[in-house]
Amino acid sequence: MLLRKAKNDDANSQTCLAGNSLRIPMPHINFLIKRQKLCHFSLHASLEAARKADPAAFEFAILGVMNVPLTSQTIEKIIRIMGGGDRVLTQKTDLLSYAYDASFGLFVPDVVCQVKSVEEVSEIVKLANEEKIPVTPRGHASGLSGGALPVEGGIVIDVSLWNDVLEIDKDDMIAIVSPGVITADIDRAAKKVGLMYPPDPSSSNVSTIAGNLAENSGGPRCLKYGVTKDYVLGLQVVTPEGHIIRTGGRTVKNVTGYDLTKLIVGSEGTLGIITEAILRLIPRPPATLSLMAVFGDIVQAGHAITDVLTSGILPAKIEFMDQSSIRAVENYHPMGLPIDAEAVLFIELDGHPLAIRDEADSVYQLLEKAGALRVQKAETSEEEEEMWKARKLVSPAIARHKPTKISEDATVPRSQIPAFLKRLRDIKHQFDIDLVVFGHAGDGNLHPNILCDQRDREEMEKVEKAVAAIFEAAIDLGGTLSGEHGIGIMKKAFMPMEFDHFSLEMMQRIKEAWDPNGIMNPGKIFPKPNDRLVLRQ
Amino acid sequence: MNVEEKTHLKKAEDLAYDCVRCGYCLPACPTYLTMKTETQSPRGRIHLVRMAAEGRITLDELSGPIDLCLGCRACEQVCPSNVQYGKLLELAKTAIQHHKKQSASPFRRFCEDVVFKQMFARKNVMNKLGGLLWIYQKSGAKKIAHMEPFRRLFPENLALFDKGLDEAKPPFKRNDGRRYPPAGERPVLKVAFFTGCVMEAVFHRINRLSIRLLQQVGCEVVVADKQTCCGALQAHAGEEETAKMVAKRNIEAFESEDFDYIVNNAGGCGAMLKEYGRLFADDPDWSERAARFSEKTADISVILDMLGWKPEKTLPYRVTYQPSCHMTNVQKVVKEPEKLIRSIKGIEWIPLNDPNVCCGSAGIYNLVHFQESMDILGAKMADIKGTKADVVVTTNPGCLLQMKAGIIKEGLNGRMKAVHLVELLAEACGIDSSHRGQTQG
Repeated sequence: MLLRKAKNDDANSQTCLAGNSLRIPMPHINFLIKRQKLCHFSLHASLEAARKADPAAFEFAILGVMNVPLTSQTIEKIIRIMGGGDRVLTQKTDLLSYAYDASFGLFVPDVVCQVKSVEEVSEIVKLANEEKIPVTPRGHASGLSGGALPVEGGIVIDVSLWNDVLEIDKDDMIAIVSPGVITADIDRAAKKVGLMYPPDPSSSNVSTIAGNLAENSGGPRCLKYGVTKDYVLGLQVVTPEGHIIRTGGRTVKNVTGYDLTKLIVGSEGTLGIITEAILRLIPRPPATLSLMAVFGDIVQAGHAITDVLTSGILPAKIEFMDQSSIRAVENYHPMGLPIDAEAVLFIELDGHPLAIRDEADSVYQLLEKAGALRVQKAETSEEEEEMWKARKLVSPAIARHKPTKISEDATVPRSQIPAFLKRLRDIKHQFDIDLVVFGHAGDGNLHPNILCDQRDREEMEKVEKAVAAIFEAAIDLGGTLSGEHGIGIMKKAFMPMEFDHFSLEMMQRIKEAWDPNGIMNPGKIFPKPNDRLVLRQ
Repeated sequence: MNVEEKTHLKKAEDLAYDCVRCGYCLPACPTYLTMKTETQSPRGRIHLVRMAAEGRITLDELSGPIDLCLGCRACEQVCPSNVQYGKLLELAKTAIQHHKKQSASPFRRFCEDVVFKQMFARKNVMNKLGGLLWIYQKSGAKKIAHMEPFRRLFPENLALFDKGLDEAKPPFKRNDGRRYPPAGERPVLKVAFFTGCVMEAVFHRINRLSIRLLQQVGCEVVVADKQTCCGALQAHAGEEETAKMVAKRNIEAFESEDFDYIVNNAGGCGAMLKEYGRLFADDPDWSERAARFSEKTADISVILDMLGWKPEKTLPYRVTYQPSCHMTNVQKVVKEPEKLIRSIKGIEWIPLNDPNVCCGSAGIYNLVHFQESMDILGAKMADIKGTKADVVVTTNPGCLLQMKAGIIKEGLNGRMKAVHLVELLAEACGIDSSHRGQTQG
C-alpha cells in the first residue's frame, strides 16, 4: 500500500511513525497539518487525534497522496517536457549514482532530470506539484549537510550540465551565471578583467554556483569579504508551484520590496530552484603576502587571532591547524613543521603591495608579542605556495588515519575562539574520539573533524554523542550550528537547541506559504519529533 | 556470486570506503566530461562497487560503468582522500571477469584465453603478428585494402587506426639478446631495454631509435632475452592471474644480469612495470624481487635527462605535448619530457590547456568502445587544434596511434603530425632509423 515510499528503506528515518507503525511522509503531514490545524511539534499525538476526529479526511490525506507512485505516465510526461529521454535517467545504476552527496546516507530517487533551461524546470516542477512528487535540486553534490539528497525519493533536478551562461559585465561589475557554472570558473573569468568573486569554498573547483547559493557557502576569504549572500544581487527562481520569478536586480542598492534574494540564498533548495544569478564582483587586490606563526599553546594562538583582528588590519584569511593536524601532515609529507607545537596560524594579507608589506610588519610584531615561538614571512610567491601547502595537505593527511571524516562547522563569535578550542579538547577526551581541528579560525568558523570508521558501530555511537556535544558547546558560547555547510538532514535534529518554538515556526510558515504541497526538497532543515543524528549503518 | 567474485569485490569495497564522496574527481574524469552522468564518474563507480558488494546491484549491472572507465587514473591525482582507484578498478574488473567467465559461452572463453594468455602474453606470437603486418604493408595488400571498394569491408575503427600504423618490423629481424655498446669508451650505465609487445611489433623503428639515443648518452644497452609483454592489458581487463604470470617471466628475464636500470619508452608499459612491486606485495616469494624490478624501471626520458642529453640540430617546429596518462599518474614522470623537448633550439613550446585529460586511447578502449573513445578524442583534438602546433609529441604507442587517428579525423593531415618523443629527440641529434647500431654478441 505504501508503494513508492515504502520501497525506499533508507527514507524511513525521514518519515513519521504514527499509530500502528503507519509511515507518513512529510508532504502528507503538512497536508494534514493544514486541514487539521495541527502543530508540528506534537505531531505524534496529533496524528492519532486526527485519525479519531475525522477518519475520512485522514484516510484521504494519507492514501490520497500516498497512492501516487511515479507511474510510467508521469515518466512519459517528464520525457516529453525534456524533449526526449537523453537527459532523463531511470536506470538502476544511474539512480543509485544520484542517491548520495558528500554527507551521509543513501536515498534513491525515482528519476533524474538533467535540465538545461528554465522552461524545463518550471514544467517539471508544475507537474510534480500537481502530482505531489518530491523534487530535489542537485548540482555536483559536494555538500556536507545533505542538501542534495532526495530523502523522499521522487525527482532529482540535476543542474550540473546547465552551464552555458557565464557573462562578466566589467562596467556594472557583475557576473550573470547559469546554475551549473563551477564556482571557481566565475572567479577565473572575473580575474581576466581585474575583478574578483570572493567566496571560495574549498570545493570551489567542483561545486556549482547554484549549490553555493542554496547553501550560502563560505570559505577562507570570507573573513575579509563576507559569504556568498553578500555577493548576490538578483536571482531567477522557479517556485515550488512552478512559477518563474525574479528577485533583486543588477544594482548594489535595492530596497524595493521584501528582499527575497536573501531569503532564497541559504534556503537549501527548500523554497525553489535557482535558475540564474546576478553576482556582485569587486576589484581584485593586486598582491598577496602570507605569514605563518607557530604556537606552543593553543589558547595563546586563539588570543593572537583576536589581537590581529582588533589591530586595525583585516587579513584576507586566517587559517588554523591544531597539533593533531600538524602531526598528520608532517607524517604524511615531512616539511619541517614543529610537531611539538600546539597550533599553527596561516595569515594572508591582500591589497596594494606597499600597504601589505607595511601591514605584514605589524602583524609580525603582534604575533611575536602574542607569544609565537616562530613567525615566518613568505618573501616570494613560491615560498607563499609552500607555506599554504601545509594547510592544503591536512585533508589527505588525516584521511590516511581512518576512512570516515565527519566535518563539522559549528561557529562561535571571534572572542570565544580560545574557549571553543578548550571545549573541543575536553570533548575529545570525554568521548575518546579522534578529533582534529583546523579551518577558518579568523571568523570563528573552526572545523572540528572527527575521524572514524563508519563500519564500526560502537565508534559511530560515540561520534554521534560527540557531535551533539560540539553543537552544545558552540551554542553555549553564543555561536551557531553551522557557519557554512547548512543544516540539511545532518543538523536538523539540533535546530531546537538554537531556536525557540516561535522562531522556528516563523521559518516553517514561510516554507508552507511558498510550498503548500511540501514537494520542494522535503525532509530538510526542520526537525521532526524524535529526530536525532544517526551515523550508524 | 561465487567465492572468487566475492573476495575480489570485498577487497574493492574496502578501498571504496576511503572515498568521502567530495566529488573533487568529477572535473578530472574524461568520461564524466563526455558522458555527463555521475554514473560515469570515479565517485559514481566507487559508489557502485559498494552497491554491488552490498548486493544492491548485480555484477552485470556494475560492469557497464566499470567497462567504460578508461583507467587513466587522473582522478587519483586530485583525490584529497588518497583513494587507490587503480587498484579498486582492477579488483572490480577481476570480480566481473570471473563472473563473465562463469556465464560466458565456451567459445567466448576460448577466444579470451587465446587473446590474453596465448597472444599478448607470448612475445613470439606478437612478433609474428608484427611480421604479418609487415607482409600486409609490403605486399601491397594495404594499398589494395585502402582502395575504395575494399575500404568498406573494414570496420571504421580499424581503418582509422590502420592509416596511422608505422612501418612494421620485418619478421626476420630479431632484437632479443642483442647488446649495444655505449658511444664513449666506457659505459656510464648498463641498462636493459624493455621492448614492449606493441612497441616492438608496430613501432619497431622507435625502439631502435631509443636504443641509439641511450647509446649516445653513454649507456651500454642490452635487450634482455626472454622478456615478454608487461601484462598491463591483462591486468586492466581483470585477468590478474595472467598478468602475474607474465610479470614473473619479466622479473626472471631481467635478473639475468646486474642492470643499473630497466628502460622502456611506453608510458603505459612503464607504469605496469612500476606496479610489479604492488602486484606481488602479498606474495612472500616474489615481493622482494618484484619491488627490486619496479625500482629499477625508468622511462627513457628520465635516463636521457639524467645523463644530460644534448640536441645538436635546430628544429623549427611548433610543438605541443600530450603526455601518457599512466606516465603522469602512475610513473609520475612529468617534467623530464617537457625539459628535453624545450632544450631543442628552434622549438616553440605550446602547452595544452588540459594535458592531463586522457586522449581516449587507453589500451584497447578505442577498439572496444569506439564511439565513446572518439567523443573523448574530439575534446582532446579541440584542445590540440587550439595550440596550432605542427608537431604533437606523445610517449606511449596507444596515445600515438590515437593522436594519428585524431589528426586524420580532423583533416589536419599534412599540417600536423604526431610523433613519439623519441622520434623528435632522434631528429634533433641527427639519428635516423636506417643507421644500424653496432651490436655485440
